[in-house]
Amino acid sequence: MDAAALGLVRRARWRWPEVVLWLLAYAALLMPPGKFLILNEIAILALFALSLDLILGYAGIVSLGHAAFFGVGAYTAGLLAKHVTGDPLAGLLLGAAVATVVGFATSLLVLRGSDLTRLMVTLGVAMVLGEIANALPGLSGGADGLQGVTMGPLLGCFDFDLFGRTAYAYSLTTLFLFTLLARRIVLSPFGLSLMAIRRNPLRAGALGVPVNARLIAVYTLAAAFAGTAGALLAQTTAFVSLDVFEFHRSADVLLVLIIGGAGWLYGGIAGAVIYTLLQDGIAAFTPQYWQFWIGLLLVAFVLVGRQRLVGGLYAMLGWARRR
Amino acid sequence: MSVVLETRSLTKRFGGLLATDNVSFQLERGARQALIGPNGAGKTTFVNLLTGVLPASSGEIMLLGDRITTLRPEARVRRGLVRTFQINQLFGDLTPLETLALAVSERVSGGGEWRRRLGAVGSVPAEVEQVAGRFGLLDVLERRTDTLPYGKQRLLEIAAAFACAPQVLLLDEPAAGVPEAERRDILDAIAALPEEVSVLLIEHDMDLVFSFARRISVLVDGALLVEGEPEAIAKDARVRAVYLGDEAHG
Repeated sequence: MDAAALGLVRRARWRWPEVVLWLLAYAALLMPPGKFLILNEIAILALFALSLDLILGYAGIVSLGHAAFFGVGAYTAGLLAKHVTGDPLAGLLLGAAVATVVGFATSLLVLRGSDLTRLMVTLGVAMVLGEIANALPGLSGGADGLQGVTMGPLLGCFDFDLFGRTAYAYSLTTLFLFTLLARRIVLSPFGLSLMAIRRNPLRAGALGVPVNARLIAVYTLAAAFAGTAGALLAQTTAFVSLDVFEFHRSADVLLVLIIGGAGWLYGGIAGAVIYTLLQDGIAAFTPQYWQFWIGLLLVAFVLVGRQRLVGGLYAMLGWARRR
Repeated sequence: MSVVLETRSLTKRFGGLLATDNVSFQLERGARQALIGPNGAGKTTFVNLLTGVLPASSGEIMLLGDRITTLRPEARVRRGLVRTFQINQLFGDLTPLETLALAVSERVSGGGEWRRRLGAVGSVPAEVEQVAGRFGLLDVLERRTDTLPYGKQRLLEIAAAFACAPQVLLLDEPAAGVPEAERRDILDAIAALPEEVSVLLIEHDMDLVFSFARRISVLVDGALLVEGEPEAIAKDARVRAVYLGDEAHG
């Protein structure tokens, strides 16, 4: 084979740490009960951060309102379970579908403008949606949250248990399938065109890439991912509150992605693990001030650079070239 | 000879400034034409109008007989009007392999392909190999672009445009800033461009212009001053007055 053909094959091949990661994540299901709730939380946060990675890490669209789609997915799944059917997969699909529509509709707002414009527009969209939910207490449950969400068994045979084992298996499998999808997408010509747009939209256009169409497509796609994460949260906790639209949720997911590293596909997962475990661990000895340490870590990561802090790890994983 | 690229009374105003003044210009198939002019003559604006980065105030642009005046830049690229940049516009942490594969994939599969990995579509690897070979990039295919010697980056700048399979190639100062030692590679690559690709060279470097161009257009204050063969341009009194000054060439 030619050098080019070989290089292109090599670019898309699986790396062993990826395989190890997923084996470990599934092996955790065999543990005794006790940690499934937090693992479920990590899987959902990771999917949410993966969604942000698609637009921020790959296409370069900054957002401070990504919770908009998370919230839409959560309420859609919650309402469906409360009023129509408790089937989890139906809720997952519908949550993703509605978020996709909202994502497409608002994608037109982020096409133009500077990073600052995009930050404000995305922030504004999330605020508007949150306030709409707040203004419709009959539908959303208002400040009390959506009560009475009851989930049926997964695939008709796995009940959601008190320890969260089913919940974790469900969220993890969803995360796995969406990561596979994202992996395929970012390694495709479409994914490469996003990477080119983030780095130099002028040149991407000069190579024939229809920049706006690609941005609309990826923004819509990311909304579907975020809506799915929101639906998972609603279903596995059997509860939705206005909190799903809150600013802190958009900020947290951005934090998670930056800690894990944007633009290499596994940053969302790495960030979600680090962030949640830190939060859990620090909160154990200093419950009030855990954000101090998260804040410090964030500053260190951004200023010193992840490369210098954990560059060796990334090099081992074979992703060093991108960092 | 058929005309591949043509402008008709093309005009661009920035407020009161007439940056492109009623330019009617033709490029023939297989042309090796240069566009020259002193600083501020409006060469960059003209290129931006041709490629669609800037909208024209009035006038028309025709590519292969079709009116493209209002088409978006990427649509012009797909029709075969491709440019390079005077200052490298490359993707620093991507590789030449990725850059070329991107350009080829956009053309071959429309680039919207997301179900298959980059390079899985039939002719893409072979075409990338071919373009990389033509521009001497085979040995650096998988290195980060921003770690390449400047000359290689300039070659990639042209190779990326060439990977779009241009009918018309606009070369904007292709050898600008290249160290003397690497300059030869660029000139050879340009000289070896296939005959059927029509080339418009926008250039300051008179040695390059007179060694490459079979026809020269002179732009002054946004308007075409004169066009003709290199010998005639070199002797033209008006050109010498406004442009070449006293350092006569040829």
